[in-house]
Amino acid sequence: MNTEKPDNTKYYVPDQSIWPIVGALALGLIAFGAGHFTIEASRQEAGFGHYVLGAGLLVLIIMLVGWFGDQIRESRAGLYNAQLGRSYKQGMLWFIFSEVMLFMAFFGALFYARMIALPWLGGASNNAATGAILWPNFEAIWPLTLTPGGTETEAMGWLGLPLINTAILVVSSVTLHFAHVGLEEAKRKALTNWLIVTIVLGLIFLGLQMYEYVHAYRDLGLTLQSGVYGNTFFLLTGLHGIHVFLGVTLLIIMLGRVMAGHFTKDDQFGFQAAAWYWHFVDVVWLILFVFVYII
Amino acid sequence: MKVRLTSLLVGAIALFTATIASAQPSQLNLTRGATDISRQVYDLHMLVFYICVAIGVVVFSVMFISIVLHRKSRGVKPAKFHDNVKVEIAWTVIPFLILIGMAVPATITLIKMDDTSESDLSVLITGSQWRWHYSYLDYDVEYLSNLATPREQIYGRLPRTENYLLEVDRPLVIPTGKKVRFLITSDDVIHSWWVPEFAVKKDANPGYINEAWTRVDEPGIFRGQCAELCGRDHGFMPIVVIAKEPADFEEWIRGEEQRLADRRAEEERLLSMEMDKDELMRIGQQVHLSQCAACHQPNGQGIPGVFPAVAGSDVALNDRARHIEVIVNGVAGSAMQSFRNNLSMSEIAAVVTYQRNAWGNDTGDVVQAADIHNHIQGNQ
Amino acid sequence: MSTITDTHSAPAAHDDHDHHDHKPTGIKRWLFTTNHKDIGTMYLWFSFAMFLLGGSMALMIRAELFQPGMQIIDPHFFNQMTTMHGVIMVFGAVMPAFVGLANWMIPMMIGAPDMALPRMNNWSFWILPFAFLILLSTFFMPGGAPAFGWTFYAPLSTTYSTDSTALFVFAMHIMGMSSIMGAINVIVTIMNMRAPGMNYMKMPLFVWTWFITAFLLIAVMPVLAGVVTMVLTDKYFGTSFFDAAGGGDPVLFQHLFWFFGHPEVYIMILPSFGIVSAIIPAFARKPLFGYASMVYATSAIAGLSFLVWAHHMFTTGMPTFASLFFMYMTMLIAVPTGVKIFNWVTTMWRGAMTFETPMLFSIAFVVLFTIGGLSGVMLAITPVDYQYHDTYFVVAHFHYVLVSGAVFSILAAAYYWLPKWSGVMYDDFLSKMHFWCSLISVNILFFPMHFVGLAGMPRRIPDYALQFADINAIVSVGGFLFGFSQLIFLAVVVKCALKKGEPAPAKPWEGAEGLEWTVPSPAPYHTFDVPPKV
Ligand code: HEA
Ligand code: HEA
Ligand code: HEC
Ligand code: CUA
Ligand SMILES: [Cu+2]
Repeated sequence: MNTEKPDNTKYYVPDQSIWPIVGALALGLIAFGAGHFTIEASRQEAGFGHYVLGAGLLVLIIMLVGWFGDQIRESRAGLYNAQLGRSYKQGMLWFIFSEVMLFMAFFGALFYARMIALPWLGGASNNAATGAILWPNFEAIWPLTLTPGGTETEAMGWLGLPLINTAILVVSSVTLHFAHVGLEEAKRKALTNWLIVTIVLGLIFLGLQMYEYVHAYRDLGLTLQSGVYGNTFFLLTGLHGIHVFLGVTLLIIMLGRVMAGHFTKDDQFGFQAAAWYWHFVDVVWLILFVFVYII
Repeated sequence: MKVRLTSLLVGAIALFTATIASAQPSQLNLTRGATDISRQVYDLHMLVFYICVAIGVVVFSVMFISIVLHRKSRGVKPAKFHDNVKVEIAWTVIPFLILIGMAVPATITLIKMDDTSESDLSVLITGSQWRWHYSYLDYDVEYLSNLATPREQIYGRLPRTENYLLEVDRPLVIPTGKKVRFLITSDDVIHSWWVPEFAVKKDANPGYINEAWTRVDEPGIFRGQCAELCGRDHGFMPIVVIAKEPADFEEWIRGEEQRLADRRAEEERLLSMEMDKDELMRIGQQVHLSQCAACHQPNGQGIPGVFPAVAGSDVALNDRARHIEVIVNGVAGSAMQSFRNNLSMSEIAAVVTYQRNAWGNDTGDVVQAADIHNHIQGNQ
Repeated sequence: MSTITDTHSAPAAHDDHDHHDHKPTGIKRWLFTTNHKDIGTMYLWFSFAMFLLGGSMALMIRAELFQPGMQIIDPHFFNQMTTMHGVIMVFGAVMPAFVGLANWMIPMMIGAPDMALPRMNNWSFWILPFAFLILLSTFFMPGGAPAFGWTFYAPLSTTYSTDSTALFVFAMHIMGMSSIMGAINVIVTIMNMRAPGMNYMKMPLFVWTWFITAFLLIAVMPVLAGVVTMVLTDKYFGTSFFDAAGGGDPVLFQHLFWFFGHPEVYIMILPSFGIVSAIIPAFARKPLFGYASMVYATSAIAGLSFLVWAHHMFTTGMPTFASLFFMYMTMLIAVPTGVKIFNWVTTMWRGAMTFETPMLFSIAFVVLFTIGGLSGVMLAITPVDYQYHDTYFVVAHFHYVLVSGAVFSILAAAYYWLPKWSGVMYDDFLSKMHFWCSLISVNILFFPMHFVGLAGMPRRIPDYALQFADINAIVSVGGFLFGFSQLIFLAVVVKCALKKGEPAPAKPWEGAEGLEWTVPSPAPYHTFDVPPKV
């Protein structure tokens, strides 16, 4: 521990750090490995891709542990001032904005397919000849249960599992809010318990989502390959699922930190960031629920 | 150093002007084209061009005046102003008005160009790597149009002739004075059907049909090119359109219908005939060079990772049924398209025979048109 | 940040030493650095290396196009060259150069001790070499590097591409992460790290333009990530986003790509506007005319940039009303851009100008960028774009805005700030040589392209009809001249880096304004540990 009195009056510029370049190496390995792994998997050949990918993920985890470890130590050593806290918060918010735009790309694809591509294939707008000459038997309906190329599938209803999942996520947002109130009011017990409840809800959501996928593949014949309906369904829910997974992971880390006695009313960036992320994931789900399942 | 720079500058400008001056107008500017629409487009182009030149002249003159006059070496003292709402409003509003002046004629022309209704004749144009397929919807006529420039010219072994890269074996023929509607689509990647003289450029999107139209005044030959990157031979996918008087067109299209009918009859006849191996090899080589070599290369080696080799391949050495199948029906989801509609059965037989005996593929196999026929029948 | 003390403390986990202006040395300095100046330097060198590499590919293109016929390379390899040239120039040369400038200058211009998130800053940089190594590794795969153009239109990039696509996609992913992190860093630095008194309307325009650029980056890079992901799943996992048989549409690809792509081209020009807005007033010795309107114009350009993307797609068969909408929106962009041009010209008007190299490049920028912008307006006119689209007229347009626009502004910036970075004045004679050679050759290179384009030469072709021969020969000569002229710049920079030259004063330019000129040259390793009063 530093003997000098920590000075948080000025903006803390860290000294050299090995983690960024380790992180870059990790991403490099992941990209290179994932690329080759994809190629090899599609050809059903054995290759080196998955080793490189695995190595990359390992390095990434090491990097995250090391980097966040440094930050937590610095934070607890009192090196961070309010201005730095603001940097982190703003950084997190802009990051979430970038995530919003990522989802926008996939929602854009969904809207385009439904509102433009399918009607055109059916001969709408200036595409009368498209329908008449190329796809004479095609009917533009949504969900697209019979593609122009002839792939059949069944639509996923919104009652049942998806509705339950929606409820779970909404409740989890509320419980996380309670946890935050607990933090603000220094009620550690409430904080820990509500956080645990939130995490459990998140895990249940993920479990049900997996179950839904199995149902889709086994009973409905709704797969990633079944035309643009299946594509948008799985890419949107899948991308969201990955985000839930990340969110739960973050919350679990926060739970660990809470149990270790971290965070106070004035020092709670990590917790707040995780909470924002969770709320964001929740809102995305609501939009997704409406546009992917209901309408 | 001054001298050297100046002479460099003068030299460059001289070279520049010399070449530009010696060039034909058609080498420097948009064509006026052969249709009413293309001339409207040309006029619009010149209008916008002149406006842009005028804006450029004004802006650059002010700038150069100030560069000449307001330089420190002349001992001027810098002014201090840095705002003037009036001029700022002026130079926001004036460009806006100029833009409206361009937008109005542009809108009018665009609406005309996009109106494909009430056409007299429709041609379905299908792009595929790297040839065009024309099909007259109102007649029983369809055919492929391939680059006709020989490889020897491209690789410099023969002198290049006048219409280098802009000549095809079978041009599209349309009547003059008629509104011809083009329905444009593709079998594989995106191509773009472009004939500058008609001011028609429309993308050929696989799975969708785009429409365009033209009405040509005078008979003539018009040349264009594929205008969307479509793979290796994107640069070798020209378009030639011949416009004929309606009467000549009618005559041509009757002849064409007849030719196709004859061809079908010939096909029937060949089914029951055996061709000898030399004949098959000769035709096969022609077919290979004209249809297959773009991908599989004249020596059958293909391009590793892109197009498989046929020389020494398992299919060509052993699996005869698969060899025929690949050519007849193509390989779904790859650049290897079906040639059933583009080649006659005897041609397919010939190219299979050729590929199974050329470049060290010494299978000795002889494949006849009847074999192809049987394969197709067996498949259906 | 009220009380300022001069003591410095290191994190508990690290060695405790006072690093006030004490640089770490050796290779570790660069690998592990968190210093915005080091990172800026690395970005700039990386970008220059990529410029030479992408330029060599352009020269390969120009060599093949010197004469009609196929002489040097195979058409498939030609397409790889075109693709990699575009990708490397856009993502490897121009964007990193601007990020490098942002790193160096923004903290100094707003009186900040460093970038807001210094470690992430280093991460953003080091991703790039990995991403480009992966991209370049595809040259050694069967079938070679990507050959579908920098726009990678589906289905040429999906069903009909070689396996390099998978690596291309993942390289794009991590490149995008790098850009997003870089942009977040810039935006947070600007919002949170300004010295007291440096309010938004006092910020130098370079900071303003980067602020808006960063916003554009965060908004559109994720869309690029999304679209490359769809390319990947279409090619390898059986989805059909871009395949009509499954209910998709190849044109959907283009919408998504250009929704990213058009803001992307403004990402490559807005920082230039900031640079030129710093240099012209400095050498005209007169305040920038219309500061506020510059800010509004930049914002307007950024806002409009989200509404014009389909002007790249006029020939794809959109319904007429859609074409019209995109045509009108595109034309509108000329208005705010015009405001900028007029402001610069008026700044020069009745100034007391001198013509040092940064100013020469800036003036050339204004003229040549305007030429490129005006040809942009011509392209925006839909019915005529039917004739221009995918010809060398478009190639001429975008090289005017990118090379004699973006690249010239980067060169101007380099000359303007080199004394601050290195502490020595650059070699004036060589720099003027560099300017005049570049100016002349860039026009020999790109101006005649307008003519061949109008005459009907399509782009992305390795061989062409005979009537285009003369002009292509001139263009190729110009290309080589321009390329080799850039080696003069390399010499100038190397001389500065080796500290060969007159020592530079803190403020080498008489009329320059801004906080960066209040610190000594070369700028100390840490500036503004104590925020300056503005
Ligand atoms: C830095 C990059 C940059 C910039 C700044 C611009 C600026 C503009 N671009 Fe360009 N563009 C590209 C990079 C850029 N472009 C690239 C890379 C491509 C090709 C991509 C590919 O296909 O590979 C392209 C292609 C492209 C196309 C598609 C062409 C085609 O493929 O068919 C169009 C069409 O509208 C277009 C238009 C414009 C317009 C209107 C502007 C405007 O912003 C210009 C505004 C400026 C001015 C107008 C000049 C100054 C103004 C005045 C002096 C005021 C008075 C003027 C008037 C009233 C007219 N661009
Ligand atoms: C900022 C971006 C940028 C820049 C700076 C440039 C710079 C240049 N570009 Fe290009 N260009 C694009 C962006 C850019 N370009 C894009 C986006 C495309 C579209 C791609 C596509 O269609 O997909 C394109 C396409 C394009 C084409 C059309 C290709 C085709 O359609 O097939 C051509 C053809 O002439 C060309 C030429 C050039 C030339 C000669 C330069 C010159 O300025 C280059 C100057 C040369 C050098 C700087 C080389 C210096 C090096 C040496 C002298 C050797 C030393 C070498 C080493 C030490 C390694 N470019
Ligand atoms: C546009 C490019 C293209 C053209 C033209 C083309 N092919 Fe192919 N061909 C391919 C591709 C790509 C494959 C690989 C298909 C696959 O298996 O994915 C292929 C596969 C083949 C195969 C199977 C090779 C093997 O070992 O698997 C044969 C045989 C073949 N083509 C013959 C022909 C013949 C004969 C012609 C001309 C009449 C022709 N091809 C024209 C692209 C082309
Ligand atoms: Cu077909 Cu380009
Ligand atoms: Cu654009």
